[in-house]
Amino acid sequence: MIELIKVCKSFKGQKVLDNLDLQIEPEKITVIIGRSGSGKSVLLKHIMGLIKPDSGQVLVNGTDTAKLNDKELNEMRKVFGMLFQDAALFDSMTVGENVAFPLKEHTKLSKKEIDEIVEEKLLAVDLKNVTHKMPSELSGGMRKRVGLARAIALNPKIVLFDEPTTGLDPIMCEGIDNLIINTQRHTKATFVVISHDIGSTFKIAHKVAMLYKGKIIKIGTPEEIRSSNNPVIKRFISRD
Amino acid sequence: MIRLLELAGRPFIIAVEESGRIMLLLFSAIAWMFRPPFRFRIIFKQMEFVGVNSIFVVMITGAFTGMVFALQSYHGFSLFGGESLVGSTVALGMTRELGPVFTALMVTGRVGSAMTAELGTMKVTEQIDALHTMSVNPIHYLVMPRIVAAILMLPVLTVVSDFIGILGGYFVGVEMLKINSGIFVAKIVEYVELEDIFNGLIKAACFGLILSLIGCYKGINTTGGAEGVGKATTQSVVLSSITIFISDYFLTSFMF
Repeated sequence: MIELIKVCKSFKGQKVLDNLDLQIEPEKITVIIGRSGSGKSVLLKHIMGLIKPDSGQVLVNGTDTAKLNDKELNEMRKVFGMLFQDAALFDSMTVGENVAFPLKEHTKLSKKEIDEIVEEKLLAVDLKNVTHKMPSELSGGMRKRVGLARAIALNPKIVLFDEPTTGLDPIMCEGIDNLIINTQRHTKATFVVISHDIGSTFKIAHKVAMLYKGKIIKIGTPEEIRSSNNPVIKRFISRD
Repeated sequence: MIRLLELAGRPFIIAVEESGRIMLLLFSAIAWMFRPPFRFRIIFKQMEFVGVNSIFVVMITGAFTGMVFALQSYHGFSLFGGESLVGSTVALGMTRELGPVFTALMVTGRVGSAMTAELGTMKVTEQIDALHTMSVNPIHYLVMPRIVAAILMLPVLTVVSDFIGILGGYFVGVEMLKINSGIFVAKIVEYVELEDIFNGLIKAACFGLILSLIGCYKGINTTGGAEGVGKATTQSVVLSSITIFISDYFLTSFMF
């Protein structure tokens, strides 16, 4: 369970999150939508503990992440996986080494066992024969798939996605959407996705939350968001 | 007036703040040196990058430094018939000063800049955030191994530079300027003490710490995309070089 209570965050005097409250249901896909620059990525980084709030609480399974020291944060993060906007694969490592990285760092599995899990996770994201390729040899969509394979390598309870379909063509977007839906169904993990892609949002989300001027102005099922009379939401979703 | 003073003092405040942050990074890196896992593989990989891959550059620099130093000192000493001192002058100059400083400057250009560019690129492409999300501390994984490798390898490179520099001086002095080889070597043995070499190596280790610490600091604090990486790399090389020269003075006045 993830809960944000009255979270405020400013950068150089500019308020990005303003008394933000949000509850994220476990084992569901929650998509946080909002305009570019509205603070979606900042919100995600708060959940992950990469940024500490100026005030307020970020509770992950009841623990306030803002009060944890580095060591405790590292422990807490082991329940997380994260797919970054541009996948953030390590350039100096092969695809296989990227996916194996969290396994090598946090488990005592043998090389053979790690190789098997790497193959399994790459297959789960529909990738074959790419283990020895470098990230620079992959397309944008493939990089995201590898990023997702790495994010789920340790079977995390919570997976965060930072704009997973940005910069991809419509067919590739559909592929990533299906991948998110299937992976969540298979892993039963809590998925938090931030996006400004409305088509993708309504396809994958169990719950949609709209971030506007530093606050969550509405959270509900895709149908509830579609039928909302809030002019900001109406305008935002009608762009699609 | 107060506004003027504020404006004049701002760069000083920024410099003090930056120095503080660099020192905090150093303390953090030291703390991580003693926490498992010990990252030997990454340290050895970095040692190869800092040390083995820099040998050729250091040899060329060392050789020509020793050669030109022999040439210049010969012209000076020949004015009063002191040509026999060329060997010891070259050896003392190389071991105490030129070996460590020129090696550090070459490694700053080759390795310090690469450290900033690599870590800077990792920062702007969120690879460092990715490390955080995988519960891996970037100081432990990226910074500490680079600092350890540079501290260990700079003295080794300096030994190579000293040796090749003296060899270059011997070649110019004995083969080209026809100084007696026995006298050339005897004067080196007479005047150069182990302490000269040893203190030069301590200096080199300090320079290794400086260039790697500043290289990593500038890298992990890079902002602003590709342009930011370029700026950070330039700043890293300039700041490291200046710091090496300044610390060289203080280390020399303290040790010799």
